[in-house]
Amino acid sequence: MSAKTLYDKLWEDHLVHTEEDGTSLIYIDRHLVHEVTSPQAFEGLRLTGRQPWRPDSAIATPDHNVPTLGRAKGIEDPVARIQVAELDRNCEQFGITEFGMSDVRQGIVHVIGPEQGFILPGMTVVCGDSHTSTHGAMGALAFGIGTSEVEHVLATQCLIQKKSRTLRVSVDGKLGSGVTAKDIVLAIIGEIGTAGGTGYVIEFAGEAIRSLTMEGRMTVCNMTIEAGARAGLIAVDDTTIDYLRGRPHAPSGDRWEAAVKVWRGFHSEPDARFDREVRLDAAAIAPQVTWGTSPEMVVPVNDRVPDPDSEQDATRAEGMRRALDYMGLKANTPISEIPVDHVFIGSCTNGRIEDLRAAAAVAKGRQVADHVVQALVVPGSGLVKRQAEQEGLDKVFVDAGFEWREPGCSMCLAMNADQLNPGDRCASTSNRNFEGRQGKGGRTHLVGPAMAAAAAVAGHFIDVRDLQGN
Amino acid sequence: MDKFEKFTGVVVPLDRANVDTDAVIPKQFLKSIKRSGFGPNLFDEWRYLDQGQPDTDNSSRPLNKGFVLNDPRYRDGQILLTRDNFGCGSSREHAPWALADYGFKVIIAPSFADIFFNNCFKNGILPIVLESEYVDNLFRESDGETALELTVDLDAQTLTVAGGEKITFDVDPFRKHCLLEGLDDIGLTLEHSERIRAFEEKRRARAPWIFGE
Repeated sequence: MSAKTLYDKLWEDHLVHTEEDGTSLIYIDRHLVHEVTSPQAFEGLRLTGRQPWRPDSAIATPDHNVPTLGRAKGIEDPVARIQVAELDRNCEQFGITEFGMSDVRQGIVHVIGPEQGFILPGMTVVCGDSHTSTHGAMGALAFGIGTSEVEHVLATQCLIQKKSRTLRVSVDGKLGSGVTAKDIVLAIIGEIGTAGGTGYVIEFAGEAIRSLTMEGRMTVCNMTIEAGARAGLIAVDDTTIDYLRGRPHAPSGDRWEAAVKVWRGFHSEPDARFDREVRLDAAAIAPQVTWGTSPEMVVPVNDRVPDPDSEQDATRAEGMRRALDYMGLKANTPISEIPVDHVFIGSCTNGRIEDLRAAAAVAKGRQVADHVVQALVVPGSGLVKRQAEQEGLDKVFVDAGFEWREPGCSMCLAMNADQLNPGDRCASTSNRNFEGRQGKGGRTHLVGPAMAAAAAVAGHFIDVRDLQGN
Repeated sequence: MDKFEKFTGVVVPLDRANVDTDAVIPKQFLKSIKRSGFGPNLFDEWRYLDQGQPDTDNSSRPLNKGFVLNDPRYRDGQILLTRDNFGCGSSREHAPWALADYGFKVIIAPSFADIFFNNCFKNGILPIVLESEYVDNLFRESDGETALELTVDLDAQTLTVAGGEKITFDVDPFRKHCLLEGLDDIGLTLEHSERIRAFEEKRRARAPWIFGE
C-alpha cells in the first residue's frame, strides 16, 4: 500500500460509507456556527421535526453582524438584531453552546475555536463560512460549507463528499526579517492564482511553514480558500502540541497523553505522493500588497502596479483593466506611491494577539498620518482584546491615533456599521479585496498587520522593514 | 426540491472571470433569516446605480443600463453564461438562492469555485462545466439581435441550440440523480443512521476526547 498523505489519513479516519462511484459519507467531529449562515438551517430542522445529531459537537457565536462600538446599547440595525437574536433562540432551543455578544469568549468563529482548544488535530471541522480552512493549521481537515450542508451536519453529523486531489505547497528556506505568514500566503496565491487550488486540498510544508507559530499557520491556512482550495493542512508537530496544552476544551491528564500519541501521527509519510507539487523560496518573498480586486492581483511592496498591456491573455487583461478602473489606479505606479485613507487591522486572518503585537510595535511612538480618516483595530475575540489590554497594546494604538474596538468580523466584510464609502482606499489585514467587499465602491489593499500599521503612519504603502530598521 | 426537467431558456452572457459571491449577492442582504426573496438583489452592485438595502422596494431604483440583466434581450433568462472560477470567495448559499430566486436554472462556465458548485446542486441549479472553446462560441452566439436560446436536457446530458448543434456535458451521476428526482440529501443520509452510529461508537473508543464527558 502506498505511503499516505496527511489528507489520506484524515479522510480514511472519517469515512462512514463509500458508494461505488466514490461518493462518500464522512463523519464530522466539530461544527462552528454563526448568525449569518445558520438561521435557515435551524428553520429546516424545525420544519422537518429533526434534532441535532450531536449538539456537543457544535459551538456558536455571533460575529459577522455585531457592532464594534457601543455594544452595551445592543444592535441598532433592526435586521441584524433579529438575526443575532435568532441565533440565541436557536442555540437555546437545540441545546448548542453559544458565546453570546456579552460573553468575553465571543469573537470571530475562527479565532475562538482554536483559542478554546475546541479544534484538535485529526478532527473534521466544518462551518458555514469559507474561512473554516483556518483550522487546518491544527492538522485537522476543515472546510467551509453552505447552509444546506450546515443543516445536513446538524441533522446527520455527516457530509456527502468525494475525495479531493492533493497539492503540496512547500515554502523552503528561511523567511527574511519583517516578512510574515500573510506575505507567504499572498505570495502563494500570486503564484498559483485564485483558482489554482480548485479541486485540491493543499498541504503547506517546508522549513518556512514549520518555523511559523500556530497563529502564523492559521493565517496561511485561513487564506487557502483564496487560492480556490476548500481546505489547507499543516502537519502536527511540537508547535501544535504546545499551543493546545491547557486550553479549556483540550483533553487533560491521561487523556491528554493518549491524545498526543495519536496526534503525532498526523503528518504525511516521507515518500507520500501528491497529485501536484509547488515550491516557493522563502528568502525571495518580500512584504506583499494587493493592487486589484482579486487576491491573486498581488505584488511585493517595492514593485509597481502591473500593466494590462503586457498581459497576453485577453480575458485576463480585461480583468486587470476593470480592476485598475475600480481601484482608481494607473499601471506602472510604484506601490509605495499609493496613498491610503483608511486602515483596518483585524479579521479571522489577522485578528489574533501576535498580529496586534506586530502592528503595535510599528505604531508605538508614531502617529497615524493626518489624511488617514480612520484606522481601526478590531481584536478577533474578547479574550484577544483582554490579553492585548493587559499588555498595554490598546494604549499604544490609541496614543498613535487608532481606534480600539470590540471583537467581531467588522470591516473585513462590512456587514455591521464598519464600512468604507465609495472611493475610500483601505490598507486591510483581511482576506478579500473583491469589489464592494468593505463597502460599495470601497478600495481594498490586502497586507499583513505590520504593513497595515506602517501604511497608517506613513499615509501610503511603505516597506515596513524600512521602519523596523532592517 | 422540485425535479429538474428538460426546458428551453434564454442565455444571459455575463462576460467576466472570477465573479465572486460577494458580487452575486452583497453582504447587506445576508442579514435575512429566510431562504427566499433574494432575486431582486442578485448582482445588486452591478445592476443598480444606487446602494441597495434589505427590506426595501427595488422596483423604483435607478438601473445600470449597461449591465446584462438590464438588457431587454435577456429578460427572463434562465441560463447564465459566464467565465472561469465563477462563485469564488464566500461560502454564502445566499448566492445560489439569489440566482434561483431570479429564475436561473443553469449556469455554464469553463470552471467553478468548489463551495459554490456544491451549493448549486442543493438548490436545484445545474452548474455545467464546458471547455473554453464552447463557452467562447456561446458568448459570440448570444450577442446577436435576439437572444440565444438553449434546450437543456439533464437526463441526456445535452445542450441544444435552437435548430442547431448539440453539445454534451458531464455531470456527477449521484448529483444528476438527486437533481432529476428532486431528492433531499438529509433524508438519503439518514437512511445510513445505523452505519453512522456504529462509526461513532468506534470513533469514541479510539478518540474519546472528541466527545463530551
